[in-house]
Amino acid sequence: MSELKKIATRQAYGEALKEFGADPRIVALDADLGKSTMSAIFAKEYPERYIDMGIAEANMAGVAAGLATTGKIVVIHSFAMFAPGRMYDQVRNSIVFPRLNVKIVGSHAGITVGQDGPTHQALEDISLTRALPGMVVLSPCDANETRLAVKAMLEHEGPCYMRTGRLAVEQITQDIPGYHFELGKGCTLRDGNDVTIVATGYMVAQALKAADALAQEGISARVIDIHTIKPLDEELLLKAARETGAIVTAEEHNIIGGLGSAVAEVLVENYPVPMERVGVRDTFGHSGEPAALVEHYHLTPADIAAAAKKAMSRK
Amino acid sequence: MEKQKVLELSLIAAKMRRLIVDQVYAAASGHPGGSLSIADILTVLYWQELNIDPNEPKKADRDRVVLSKGHCSPGLYAALALRGYFPVEDLKGFRRIESYLSGHPDMNAVKGVDMSTGSLGQGFSAAVGMALAGKMDKKDYRVYAILGDGEIQEGQIWEAAMSAAHFKLDNLVAILDNNNLQISGDVDKVMSPYPIDQKFAAFGFEVIHIDGNDMNQIEAAFQKARTIKGKPTLILAKTVKGKGVSYMENNYNWHGAAPNKEQYEQAVQELDAEIARLEKEVAAQ
Repeated sequence: MSELKKIATRQAYGEALKEFGADPRIVALDADLGKSTMSAIFAKEYPERYIDMGIAEANMAGVAAGLATTGKIVVIHSFAMFAPGRMYDQVRNSIVFPRLNVKIVGSHAGITVGQDGPTHQALEDISLTRALPGMVVLSPCDANETRLAVKAMLEHEGPCYMRTGRLAVEQITQDIPGYHFELGKGCTLRDGNDVTIVATGYMVAQALKAADALAQEGISARVIDIHTIKPLDEELLLKAARETGAIVTAEEHNIIGGLGSAVAEVLVENYPVPMERVGVRDTFGHSGEPAALVEHYHLTPADIAAAAKKAMSRK
Repeated sequence: MEKQKVLELSLIAAKMRRLIVDQVYAAASGHPGGSLSIADILTVLYWQELNIDPNEPKKADRDRVVLSKGHCSPGLYAALALRGYFPVEDLKGFRRIESYLSGHPDMNAVKGVDMSTGSLGQGFSAAVGMALAGKMDKKDYRVYAILGDGEIQEGQIWEAAMSAAHFKLDNLVAILDNNNLQISGDVDKVMSPYPIDQKFAAFGFEVIHIDGNDMNQIEAAFQKARTIKGKPTLILAKTVKGKGVSYMENNYNWHGAAPNKEQYEQAVQELDAEIARLEKEVAAQ
């Protein structure tokens, strides 16, 4: 693990939007949360292409759609709870159905939001967006990957959702030899033969730690980072299933409808192998320190390692 | 407007009404009531007001129309077909699997449709976005959003209204089809949005009252809207739901129902008589 300082993916996001935001077609909208979603970083650089829509998320989504009909690349921001949650019908019918070029960026996703508690801990945003035909769903794990995901998202023509986190997280991917970001392709961060841990977002770093712990016990765990949940890299997942014979998914999201469901769908229809899902087990969150919440909801490296051993035992 | 012009527009509106009834009858479903009530507004918009070219439906500088009450697609489709965007013949496919004319307007499927709508309250926000883009890009095009009076029960309408005034969108005109009927009855009895004029005025709109089935008043309202600077305009158009088909007029049961054969034949008789009368008058001028 890198000695670099921790950076929240929302922070990396804001800096990347500024870095890749020179295209005059790009317009950013926020619903009074620019200082939290970090769209404020873009606003400072390009005030003429930044619009605060006030606390009115549904209208923000619709206005974004209207802007996009004129050829603009529109990026809208709020907490993942409200974007897509608060504006789901608008996202579906005004943005994704008409295939408009609108990017929805939900920050403060997952349980690690912490003290704000269950009303602000989005645990369904992946499920919601993944169910929309033609939607691209991104969930980067660290600063470097977020930067590359922002670039790819802006270059992609069509609707996208990206979830970012509030919590400062370790930097991983810049140190991994051969790491390469491509929309729709998973990244094998560590090779292994006994079991594969498929993780997204915050849980990628935890998966690597779990693989370290498993290695201490003589278990060789492969770690795949899925930054693009839709379209899912089925080829990479099926290869892992064939080669390691057991899969564990790890996500900071409800196990219903998220990464675990997406991976299970692919395996069941093509190459079923024993599989375990690590995630929030169909419950709402709670206020607390992120570290305490991660323990409470069983999202630690030890939980992932235990799930890996359980999946292996079912081979 | 000159009398001849009014007659010509009235004839187009009558033909539009006939096509609305034809579509809904052929599909055995759809929304005739609110389509018939906006036929005159659509006529003045598409034949008098809009800067559009049916041969170049995506032209960047065109005026835009958003039918926020998207269920009134039979009205919009009839207007677009008569205006030359696609063959009138194609209206026969309305709501059928082999046709591109869905129950609600699809901007990627139908030439001339500027925004996909259907989920109430959403089109108005898209219209705000289009008008905002026009301001950002310093373009002269204008944006017209057609709203239903039941539709404004949606909270998103008021978010959109707030933002339209906040951004001083004087290139945006909302036309509210105030027939006072929604699917389950009188708008003021289901959930009253009144006083509509005072609410929009309080939100920062210039409000113009008209009879929305009167060609002269519709045209004058659009003319006046062009003179309003620094704020958006709401044209509060009092209309008759089901206008032009006697038994459909002011009857909420025709919000989303298709006529049977006998009812269809009566509607055709009434509308064809009106078309014949207007053709005669136009020719006599």
